[in-house]
Amino acid sequence: MSTALVQLTYFFASALFILGLKDLGSPETARRGNQFAAAGMFLAVVGTLAHQDIISYEWIIIGMIIGSAIGAAMAVFMPMTAMPERIALSHAFGGLAAAFVGISEYYRHGAEMELLKTVPVGFEVIFGALTFTGSLMAFGKLSGYVTQVPVTYKFQNQSNLSLFGLALALYIAWLFTPSYPILFYIMLGLAFLIGILMVLPIGGADMPVVICLLNSYAGLAASATGFVLSNNILIIAGALDGASGFILSIMMSKAMNRSFTNVLFGAFGSTAETSPGAAASATGSVNEGTIDDAVTVLRNAQRVIVVPGYGMAVSQAQHALRELADLLDSDGTSVKYAIHPVAGRMPGHMNVLLAEANVPYDHIFDLEDINDEFSKTDAVIVIGANDVVNPAAKTNPSSPIYGMPVLNVEEARTVIVLKRSMSAGFAGIDNELFGLPNTMMVFGDAKQTVTKMVQALKG
Amino acid sequence: MQAELLFAFYIFMLAAFLGFQVISKVPPLLHTPLMSATNAISGISLVGSLVAAGAHYNPVSTALGFIAVTAATINVVGGFMITDRMLKMFKKKDGKKS
Repeated sequence: MSTALVQLTYFFASALFILGLKDLGSPETARRGNQFAAAGMFLAVVGTLAHQDIISYEWIIIGMIIGSAIGAAMAVFMPMTAMPERIALSHAFGGLAAAFVGISEYYRHGAEMELLKTVPVGFEVIFGALTFTGSLMAFGKLSGYVTQVPVTYKFQNQSNLSLFGLALALYIAWLFTPSYPILFYIMLGLAFLIGILMVLPIGGADMPVVICLLNSYAGLAASATGFVLSNNILIIAGALDGASGFILSIMMSKAMNRSFTNVLFGAFGSTAETSPGAAASATGSVNEGTIDDAVTVLRNAQRVIVVPGYGMAVSQAQHALRELADLLDSDGTSVKYAIHPVAGRMPGHMNVLLAEANVPYDHIFDLEDINDEFSKTDAVIVIGANDVVNPAAKTNPSSPIYGMPVLNVEEARTVIVLKRSMSAGFAGIDNELFGLPNTMMVFGDAKQTVTKMVQALKG
Repeated sequence: MQAELLFAFYIFMLAAFLGFQVISKVPPLLHTPLMSATNAISGISLVGSLVAAGAHYNPVSTALGFIAVTAATINVVGGFMITDRMLKMFKKKDGKKS
């Protein structure tokens, strides 16, 4: 195949990527969009296999077979609740691939590289490497191998920033003296280290922002690869990915009323500035309800709103929840779902779990669309959510989450909170909602509690 | 050479802008599939790794290229498959699956 033909496949692949992303904007066309993008990828790969530099295919074939097997197995067997972990892991693979292509290019050309190539190679390698280790750390935190509690120490930001400054200095020095590979490899090592240290101080509740940011970095690294190889489709696809990660991180930060820098350098939740007195008063005066109490409330309710959070994902309660909603629905009760933008560990996390449990997506509402309805609602079921329903965000200026948009659940007639125990949420903040007179706390594993409620409702 | 670089920047800028416009319109409902699909798309690094793995420039490049091909293929194949699996589940009315 001639170069012109290869370029032509890239041209059509780019068009398919963009069409695919456009179709991902609506649930009706989203599946087709994903298939467009997959077709584009297929075209681009087939076109590349005809590249004149490729003289043997054995390593390509072995790599693609191993990769396809692992990728397909993960796609088929990964439970939906593990989606954030899978996404983090795939950012790690993306970063690794970009970094290795960059290293391979430098190893091949060495000192002969012109500035036009060394600039993007360095960029690609730094971003690829820190995306790799950073995403592995995120994966570790999400899957519980690494503590979800932010790890902090004195002068953490200062030392991280100086490491980054050092890597940047090495990068610039290397640009002018590309014949010193030692500069390049120390820079590479530092980038791996920075990835780890960057994610270490970030707590579980901030994971949505970090995942989006790593998504953006992986895209930028791919785009830089395009600059190195003078390959337009890499530039385009990388830019699309980078833009998507960037937009999502801005949305997530906004949903928490915090700036980027605050998420990255703030180590949220590590400094639990809660006074012990407040905690004691909250635990002292909660209304604890039984399953039957909760069921009675639900039986008498006309309108019910369910507010799911990360706790629903942990206990896999979405199927039992759907059963409960079905029963209420057959009694003529309207059941809606309210999703806070940062509920869960990644953007849209709750939507996927509810979809898995067959909840129709037109029953699911975003914060701004449903927040006025709580005052007209008889019962709210808060299942595994905490910080996103904390009224302190509206009333207490000294609260770390003050100003964050929250769901106005306390305006409902009764709020049923399903919770494992009285412990604070991931942000480590007390929730005065639990002490309100119209709140009923039902303690226990969310899935078991909902299953028992279903049985009680049937009986 | 300079012209080529400038041209590449043009492409980057236009693609980033287009991506920004298109992706801003994706509702929060679909943010997880969006992220999973863009992740599969960024597996396009596969295109670069293929050449590194198959060109036999030198053994180190081949080895790095091989690992990169494997990692990128995991993203491409796994990414598109799991996105499809997710999107299959999004249903409007009470379409109970058999």
